[in-house]
Amino acid sequence: MSDFSVIGHRLPKVNTWDHLTGRAKYADDIFLPRMLYGRLLRSPHAHARIVSIDISRALAHPGVIDIVLGPDMPELMGIMPSTQDETALAVGKVRYVGEPVAAVAAVDEDTAFEAIGLIDVEYEALTPILTIQDALRDDLPKLHAHSKEANVFKDVHLEFGDMAAGFAAADHVRDDWFFYDGNTHAPIETHSSVASWDGDGKLTLWSATQVPHYLHRELEKVLGVPRAHIRVIATPNGGGFGGKSDPFGHEFAACLLSKRTRRPVKITLDREEVFYAHRGRHPVLMRMRTGVKTTGQITAVHAQTWLDGGAYASYGIATTYYTGALMTVTYQIPAYKFDGVRLYTNKPPCGPKRGHGTTQPRYAFEIQLDKIAADLGLDPLAYRQSILQPAGSRTVNGLRVTSMGLGQALDAAAASSSFGTKHGKLPRGKGVGIAGSAYMSGAGLPIYWNDLPHSGAHVKIDRGGGVTVSCGTAELGQGSDMVLAMVTAEALGVRPEDVHVVSGDTTLTPVDLGSYSSRVTFMAGNATKDAALKLRALLADVATAKLGIPGDRLAFAHRRVFDRDQPDHGMTFVEAAVAAEAKHGTLVSVGSYKPPADIRGKFKGAGVGPSPAYSYQACVAEVTIDLETGEVKIDKLTLAHDCGRALNPVSVEGQIEGGAYMGAGEALMEEQGFRAWMHKKPSLLDYKIPTSLDTPPIEAIVIETIDAEGPYGAKEAGEGPLNPVVPAIANAVYDAIGVRIDETPITPEKILRALGKLPGRAATNRIGPDGLETAQPDPKPFIRKLEATPAGGGDSD
Amino acid sequence: MSKQLCTLKVNGDTCTVAAESHHTLLEILREELGLTGTKHGCELGECGACTVLVNGMPVLACLTLPQQIEDAEITTVEGLAVGAELNPIQTAFAEQGAAQCGYCTPGMMLSAKALLEANPSPTRDEIAHAISGNLCRCTGYTAIYEAIEQAARMMQPEHAGARDRE
Repeated sequence: MSDFSVIGHRLPKVNTWDHLTGRAKYADDIFLPRMLYGRLLRSPHAHARIVSIDISRALAHPGVIDIVLGPDMPELMGIMPSTQDETALAVGKVRYVGEPVAAVAAVDEDTAFEAIGLIDVEYEALTPILTIQDALRDDLPKLHAHSKEANVFKDVHLEFGDMAAGFAAADHVRDDWFFYDGNTHAPIETHSSVASWDGDGKLTLWSATQVPHYLHRELEKVLGVPRAHIRVIATPNGGGFGGKSDPFGHEFAACLLSKRTRRPVKITLDREEVFYAHRGRHPVLMRMRTGVKTTGQITAVHAQTWLDGGAYASYGIATTYYTGALMTVTYQIPAYKFDGVRLYTNKPPCGPKRGHGTTQPRYAFEIQLDKIAADLGLDPLAYRQSILQPAGSRTVNGLRVTSMGLGQALDAAAASSSFGTKHGKLPRGKGVGIAGSAYMSGAGLPIYWNDLPHSGAHVKIDRGGGVTVSCGTAELGQGSDMVLAMVTAEALGVRPEDVHVVSGDTTLTPVDLGSYSSRVTFMAGNATKDAALKLRALLADVATAKLGIPGDRLAFAHRRVFDRDQPDHGMTFVEAAVAAEAKHGTLVSVGSYKPPADIRGKFKGAGVGPSPAYSYQACVAEVTIDLETGEVKIDKLTLAHDCGRALNPVSVEGQIEGGAYMGAGEALMEEQGFRAWMHKKPSLLDYKIPTSLDTPPIEAIVIETIDAEGPYGAKEAGEGPLNPVVPAIANAVYDAIGVRIDETPITPEKILRALGKLPGRAATNRIGPDGLETAQPDPKPFIRKLEATPAGGGDSD
Repeated sequence: MSKQLCTLKVNGDTCTVAAESHHTLLEILREELGLTGTKHGCELGECGACTVLVNGMPVLACLTLPQQIEDAEITTVEGLAVGAELNPIQTAFAEQGAAQCGYCTPGMMLSAKALLEANPSPTRDEIAHAISGNLCRCTGYTAIYEAIEQAARMMQPEHAGARDRE
């Protein structure tokens, strides 16, 4: 066992008891006196001009108190300050079915529901843009006037190393296309907010949000109220997965309705609305060209991505970069080129979902590595092991790699699943596949480029030995409150249950940028440790004097401060705290964390991708395919994850298991499908997420590499584990039936099509895209730039 | 719309409320009785978050009208513990990390309670079937299986009184 009394121990989360007894107050559990109920009217059109809105019938409906419209909040908003293109409610135009147009406040939900049916909106329909290909055309209407070319939101072109030399040195070049379909977070809790404009003119908003700080900023901007007069409280999120990390129309509407009525207003989305709020996984069309030596050593990679972004920006600028940036931290790539384009389409906006933008190219690249291994007669495990990016290195695109456990993760997953004795050796219909991946422990640069800390924490000790830690993180169920409690408890030698955690409250807690990009353990953990160690120093100061021993012999554990060499010689934590307060004054400290500056390269676009530490993971998937029905059954997922150090192994294993589950759903079942512009399945009945019966047995393996800069050595665990699961399953399908399914989800229909079992269709050894359909006349230069170049030869551009 | 009086027996308490006749048991529990531990994820019978026990059987509160069950014993998550004494299912869920965001947890635990009362030593496959109507988006169900198995062990007669805290 380690030297730690708290870190690394399997402990129940400090906040779990409220969840287990029904006491936890999620946003929709808040009921305030005189509270009104709000509901949004949503667009039935994918793309239309709003000609007129008549609210007179709705306002006359008994019980309706107020209605707000887009022009009441015309300020542009959005999570990324450089690309704000949304309004809280539509102004002048709607751009997807389900976009909020008006918000009603009424005395009860039934009345609010009736009232939105009484709002008369006249629309003038416009041609909707629904595909990547149409969004690239410049002869179709634009969603946003600011798009310089066609419906392009953002295009990115980066090149590192000598691409021409890299492809010239290659003995073999693979050129493959892939498509990763969109899917959504589907947290079981729907979004909900309660706004209360108090008598003193100050606003409190309780909201199921992952990002109370950014929401705080956007409320100021849109409502025109100083942030000093706004308090945002992130309620416990009933699941987030990235789906609650944008500012949403209902949050602003609740605030404005409360401001105008001077009554609390609650707006809770129903399940269908959550599918329209979306911000889920971008559908991405990808082309990967990779040059290798006969040994498999990579000489160059050219990755091209086309992202179907939906109607608004969301995090899209970051997503676009993420479809390229983290490709380099897993395997050695000496020359790397990345072209990415995100497009506007008339569908619900896409955004960050667990693995944000890295999941899609990782799927493509890990399948391509499997193909390269097959082409060259290499074992897919040994091949990956032979090309690992080393620990303590710098990638060709300037990313700093510190601890690196991909090799251990691959070995552990392979050993535990007997990958070596199964791969290529199982009967037809059964197969195993392996894949590796990486993720970041928080974004290295903040969304608002400034010099401020990314995370701040307060710790205080009261005279009874009670410890309070305050930090702006949002608890989603990932266990962020427990991380704060454990880090504080370890530093001070108390128990986690002695630590009162205050989180996600812009009035009470110092800023933490939020629970996204897997940043909390690393960044809030470091800020908390910083604060707690400052108080520990004050306690150590009085304890060394009182105990008459040098400071380096002091130990803090089990609510005592004592001599490490003579554990009986010591004092209680309370005695030490009282003595320290007597000598040093009130025991409160602050800590903060900002990533180091040298973790990234120096080029335009270098801001997205760098992280103070990367997590690594490997997955082995075992599948059985029914050759008659095409059904893929996952027999087992073995998933190893390098989290630096598992602060709480129970929580880390839970994140690994959850990632495996969510990846399995994306691989086999989940797609954000549309019938023309209508969402095909905006319900949990039709949008299938895996039930207990669909979820395979999952073995979670924790790999520890003790990162030098992580809090007690820890890195992230929340998102990375999803990434290797999807390509591992696709590679297992190939091992089972010799067919490459180069697009998600891997449905029975695709398997049957590949096997030639659909009437009138010949068997094919591959399912997936063949290229960007470029049938349009005169493509604009940026389209030509991205167009397919002939496979196999050197890279001319 | 007009309100009607309705008497329900919830967690041993008899409560009379006036409610719209089309309001569901879910709405009555949460909005009239303040029992917000019962959650909603769809209000269409798809997710299982609103599962409560009616005479010991799991029922979706969002699809139940209170008039249908006026004489029945209703158990919600608030009724799982007896005073300060947690139900072994709650203890096991905590120790196994079976509640991440906690939102599906009330319904999940009530499905587990119904299972364990009918089948004190379920296999993993039986557990998977019993909770297949309760969607969880966080855990991958693994920790939930482990928690229900631990609870089953804790509820065996030889463990009664000496709660297994493995």
